[in-house]
Amino acid sequence: MNSLLSVRNLRVEIPVGAGLLKPVRGISLDLNKGETLCIVGESGCGKSLTSLALMGLLPKVARCSGDRLSFGGQDLLGLTERQMARLRGRAISMVFQEPMTSLNPAYTIGDQLIEGMIRHDGVSRAKARDRAIFLLEKVGITAAASRLSQFPHQLSGGLRQRVMIAMSLMCGPDLIIADEPTTALDVTIQAKILRMMKDLQAELGMAMVFITHDLGVVARIADRIAVMYAGIFVETGTARQIFDTPTHPYTKGLLSCLPVPGKTKLGARLGAVPGVVPALIGGVQGCGFASRCPLRQAACDIEPELSERGDGHSCRCVHDTPTLRKAEWATA
Amino acid sequence: MLRFLLTRLGLAALVALTVSLISFSLLFLAGDPAVALAGEAATEEDIQAIRAQYGFDRPLPVQYVAWLTGALTGDFGNSYYFNTPVIDLITERLPTTMRLGLAGICFALLLAVPLGVIAAIRPNSLIDRFALFISVVGQAMPTFWFSLILIVIFAVALGWVPVSGSDTWRHFILPTVVLGYFATPGIMRLTRAGMLEVLRADYIRTARAKGLHPLKILFKHALRNAAIPVVGLAAVQLGFMLGGSIVVETIFALNGAGLLAFESINRNDFPVVQALILIFSLIYVMLTLLADLLNAWLDPRIRVA
Repeated sequence: MNSLLSVRNLRVEIPVGAGLLKPVRGISLDLNKGETLCIVGESGCGKSLTSLALMGLLPKVARCSGDRLSFGGQDLLGLTERQMARLRGRAISMVFQEPMTSLNPAYTIGDQLIEGMIRHDGVSRAKARDRAIFLLEKVGITAAASRLSQFPHQLSGGLRQRVMIAMSLMCGPDLIIADEPTTALDVTIQAKILRMMKDLQAELGMAMVFITHDLGVVARIADRIAVMYAGIFVETGTARQIFDTPTHPYTKGLLSCLPVPGKTKLGARLGAVPGVVPALIGGVQGCGFASRCPLRQAACDIEPELSERGDGHSCRCVHDTPTLRKAEWATA
Repeated sequence: MLRFLLTRLGLAALVALTVSLISFSLLFLAGDPAVALAGEAATEEDIQAIRAQYGFDRPLPVQYVAWLTGALTGDFGNSYYFNTPVIDLITERLPTTMRLGLAGICFALLLAVPLGVIAAIRPNSLIDRFALFISVVGQAMPTFWFSLILIVIFAVALGWVPVSGSDTWRHFILPTVVLGYFATPGIMRLTRAGMLEVLRADYIRTARAKGLHPLKILFKHALRNAAIPVVGLAAVQLGFMLGGSIVVETIFALNGAGLLAFESINRNDFPVVQALILIFSLIYVMLTLLADLLNAWLDPRIRVA
């Protein structure tokens, strides 16, 4: 298959005092042009490090390896830092979680918007400015031309995140990696930004890896979903498959935490997944979710493979599909 | 921005006025200046005569205003010791100190900032250790001893530079190194700490995600933010240097303002001391103002404050 982004068995390891931390333990994914993949998981499951690994922006101490990491047919693992820098911001760009701190306080947003484009495309300042104004208007910022001379501290968080999104679009990337871009924003702004990103994606035709812990966000934008737990994907499938027929106990647990309009009764308690993510030092023995799983049995001591449970729907669990579908989380 | 500028200028003027008041009153802190001037064998009449001659019999506010208006036009009265105008003494000595101070801070910045930046990019590397070594030595070594070592090696043994004096630029090399090296540790450690912190900032990650050239990230995005505390420190250290280093000026026989101040204090030459204190303080105030403006240029968030 000729996908835009193809990842096989990507691993990130970080040497720490107590041993080897393995926050990403072999993930695989394929992403087509124009498609949105949501990686969902709780804090500490390795989703942010996955995004940094895709960008080649891991901290120096971290080691990244894998069987394949190819983008547009190009092998990223073999690239030098210099070659990688040529891709970043041009073909792959990233939107970060913290709009308040992700812009340099010392420069105007205009300057920060255009510098990447000037570097990658070698265009004149005037031309880059035109593009910046065009994109600022696209992301719904009024009086775009006059904003260019403003400094980050003069803008609100929502505006700054819009600027960050415009910045990521400057060179017309094929892929955008968005690491919790709406988490730091209040809910009304969140909805606006999500809708805007979705519209822009449809208009500009780029693919998106969207990283979040918020299933409400996922429901709005995902084509496909990968549920991440303890450094690996435990369930992948289309948005329909994951929401309509969740299979892995963790996915079901996550969904039980969400109220469903029309279904969840007033006064009913929402679910919660008990326990915490296992420590990832030295790797995980067996199924990483076993200690929190209501269906735990002896076979869970061996880590299960990701197995096909339907068309393009995979789940990493020893139990067969009917058992999993039937099982219910006891709501406390 | 204009408001910021005016506020800072106003504050600087207030500080300068306060300083003038303090340096004027110094004259009277050491007891009755007329008694001191008259000498030990003086009679009461002599003292009265001196008091009248120097105007000490006038009310203090009157004396202050007279002194201040004189000072504003560059007239600080005559030196008790040389009996020549104070301003002549100072204009003769101050350029030497200025030259030395400016050269010293340039030397310090040229050595400390690059070392601090490299140390921050490669923490715990050989260069980082070397930089730490340099700064520990610089902090620990007494100035006079370091000066003598340099003289022994470079002036006496190798004969590359003159031992002392202030005739040519070559006379300034060793004192510049000594004075500059003394300011190096602080600037370097602050640069290193600032860079280490800034390089971890989210906006540096953003700059990397944009695929910018590493040097551009370092100098455009990181150094500018890390430089803000360094500017403040460098201004203070330049202030120190322009106040004259008695040790360095003595050892290298540079007839600078620092030495003049030291000698004038010993000679109870109050007009000179007063004038020097006022001038040194004004230099300080001006440098602080300059540092504020420089920082406001570096960081737009400061401009609104």
